[in-house]
Amino acid sequence: MWPGWRSVRLWGAIMYNNRLIGSLYIVPFIIGFLLFTAFPFVASFVLSLTDARLQDQLGAANFTGLANYGEMAGDATFQKSLGVTFFYVFVTVPLKLAFALFIAVVLNFKLRGIGFFRTAFYLPSILGGSVAIAVVWRFVFAGDGLINQALGAVGFGGVNWLGEPDTAMFSIVLLRLWQFGSAMVVFLAGLKAIPEDLYEAADLDGASRFKQFWMITLPLLTPVLFFNFIMQIVQAFQEFNGPYIITAGGPLKSSYLLPLMIYEEAFKYFNLGYSSALSWVLFVIIAIFTAVAFWSQKHWVFYAQERDDQKGGH
Amino acid sequence: MASSMSQASKSQAPEAGWRKHLPVINALLRYGVLILIGFLMLYPLLWMIGGSFKNNHEIFSTIGFIPKEPTLDGVVNGWKTSTEYSFATYLLNTFRIVIPKVIVTVISSVVVAYGFARFAIPGRKYLFALLMATVLLPKSVLLIPQYLMFREFGWLDTYLPLYIPQAFAVEGFFVFMIIQFMRSLPLEMEEAAVMDGCNSFQVLTLIVAPVILPAIIAVALFQFMWSMNDFLQPLIYLSSVEKYPVALALKMSIDVTEATSWNEILAMSSIAIAPSLILFFAAQKYFVDGITSGAVKG
Repeated sequence: MWPGWRSVRLWGAIMYNNRLIGSLYIVPFIIGFLLFTAFPFVASFVLSLTDARLQDQLGAANFTGLANYGEMAGDATFQKSLGVTFFYVFVTVPLKLAFALFIAVVLNFKLRGIGFFRTAFYLPSILGGSVAIAVVWRFVFAGDGLINQALGAVGFGGVNWLGEPDTAMFSIVLLRLWQFGSAMVVFLAGLKAIPEDLYEAADLDGASRFKQFWMITLPLLTPVLFFNFIMQIVQAFQEFNGPYIITAGGPLKSSYLLPLMIYEEAFKYFNLGYSSALSWVLFVIIAIFTAVAFWSQKHWVFYAQERDDQKGGH
Repeated sequence: MASSMSQASKSQAPEAGWRKHLPVINALLRYGVLILIGFLMLYPLLWMIGGSFKNNHEIFSTIGFIPKEPTLDGVVNGWKTSTEYSFATYLLNTFRIVIPKVIVTVISSVVVAYGFARFAIPGRKYLFALLMATVLLPKSVLLIPQYLMFREFGWLDTYLPLYIPQAFAVEGFFVFMIIQFMRSLPLEMEEAAVMDGCNSFQVLTLIVAPVILPAIIAVALFQFMWSMNDFLQPLIYLSSVEKYPVALALKMSIDVTEATSWNEILAMSSIAIAPSLILFFAAQKYFVDGITSGAVKG
C-alpha cells in the first residue's frame, strides 16, 4: 500500500479523545470536500447526461441519458484524442521514472558537489509547469529555434518539430521528461533509506553491483516506485499546459490530449454535457489505473515492516 | 547505474592495480554523466535568460547563450508589453492571487492536519481516505460544475474562485504533508502544555505551529510555485485583461508578437519565473524535505 495509507492503521499517538473538539478542527475539510469536491463530482456526472450549454440557464438543459457517451463512439476527434492521450502517458511515465531512477542512482554517492547537481536537476520540475517555460519550449522547438540551430551546427537539416504530426507530441514529452526532478528526489530519499549493511553483506557474498541493484536496491525501492508511478500517471493524464500552449493540440490533432479536448468542448464550443461526459471518461481511466496499481501492489511492492519496527519506525 | 555496472565487471579482474583506481574511475564516470545531463537540463534556462538580452537576429542565428551584442531592448519592450498594461500590472495581479492563496492554504491545512493527527475523530480512517482520494482525483472532472457554481455566486472575473476553495483544505497533498510531519513529533511537549492548562487551540498555535515551521514553509513554497504556474483556472475565470496574472499575459503576448520579437517574449518569460527562481535558490532545502516527507516517511 501507499506508505501514507498504511500508516493510518498504525496511528497510535492520539492526544485527545474529545471527539467534538477534534471534529471542529476538520470542519473546514468537510465543508470544502462536500462543496468543492463531492458536489461538483456528482454534478458533473449528472451534467454528462444532459445537453447543457454554457451560455444557457441550466434549467434549459434536457436529460439525454447516455447519449453523450454514445456520441463518443462515432466521434473521430474523441478517438484520436484518446489514442494520443494513451500514447503520451505510456511514453512519458515509464521514460520519466526510468530516467529519474537512473539519475538518482548516479547521485546516490558521497561525492563533492552532489548537492549542486541535485538542485540543478530538481529546478526544472518546479519551473516546468509554468507558461513561461512552455513558451520557451515553443521557441526551442520552432523552425529556427534552438534545437534546429544545434542540429544545423553539426550538419543536420532542421526538423519542423511543431509542424509535423509525428514530432509535435515529442516536444511535450520532452518538456515533462525535463521535469524528472521531483520523482528523482523521491527516489533519492528512498535510496538513502536502504541500510548500508545490506550491500556490505552482498559484497561479502561476492554479488556483483549489477546483481545488488536487482536483488537489493530495486525491491527496497518498490514502495517509492509505487508512489512515483501513481503520482506520474495521475499527472500525465491531466496534461493541459503543454498541448494548449506549445502545440495547440495540433497539427491534425496529433497532440490533442483529452484534458485539452475537455476544455475546448466546454469553453470554446460550449458543450457542457459532452465535455462533462469526456471528463468522466478521463476520470474512469485514471481510476482504473490507480485501482489496478493499488490492487497489484501486494504482488510487487515490498514493505520492510519488520525493519522499520526495529528502528522504531520512521 | 552504468558506472556501477562497469565497476562490477572490472572488479572481477585480477589486476590489483586496476582495482586501486576503481573508486576514482567510478567517481569520474558519475561526474561525467551528471555534468553532461546538468548542462543539457539548464541550457534552455540559460538560453532563455541570455536571449532576453540579445537582439532578435542573434537569437535566430547563434546557439550560444551569452549575448554578443547585449541590448536591453527585449527587457524594456517586454516590460511595456504589447498590451495597454505594463508587466508590473500582471506581476501585481499574480501576487494578488498567489499571496492570499498561500495564506489560506497554510492556515486551513495546519488546522485540519492537527485534527487528523491528534484527535480521535469518529470515522477518522474513512475521512483520511477521502482526503487522500482528493489528491488522485483529476481536477478536470470538477471543472465545469465548479465554474457553474462560481457563476451562480457572481464570482466570475474575480480572484475569489482562485483561492476561496483553498481556505477549506481542498488540497489533500498539503494536509497529508503536515500530518506526516506532526506524527513524527514526540507528544511530551504538547502533553506538558495541556497539564499547564492550555486548551488544544493554544497547544496548536503556541507549541505545535512553531515546531512544524519547516513543514509550513514547505507547504507555502509549493503552493506559491504551483500557483505562480497555474494557468487553467485563471484562463477560465478571468476575462478582463486588467485582471490577468502573468501566466495569461504571457500566453496573450505570444499570440500577438511571437513572429517578430523573440527577445521580448524571452525577457517576459525570464521575469515571470524570476520570483520562483529566487525563492527556489533561497529555500531549496525545504522543497526537497517537503516532497520526500510525503513519500517515504511513515
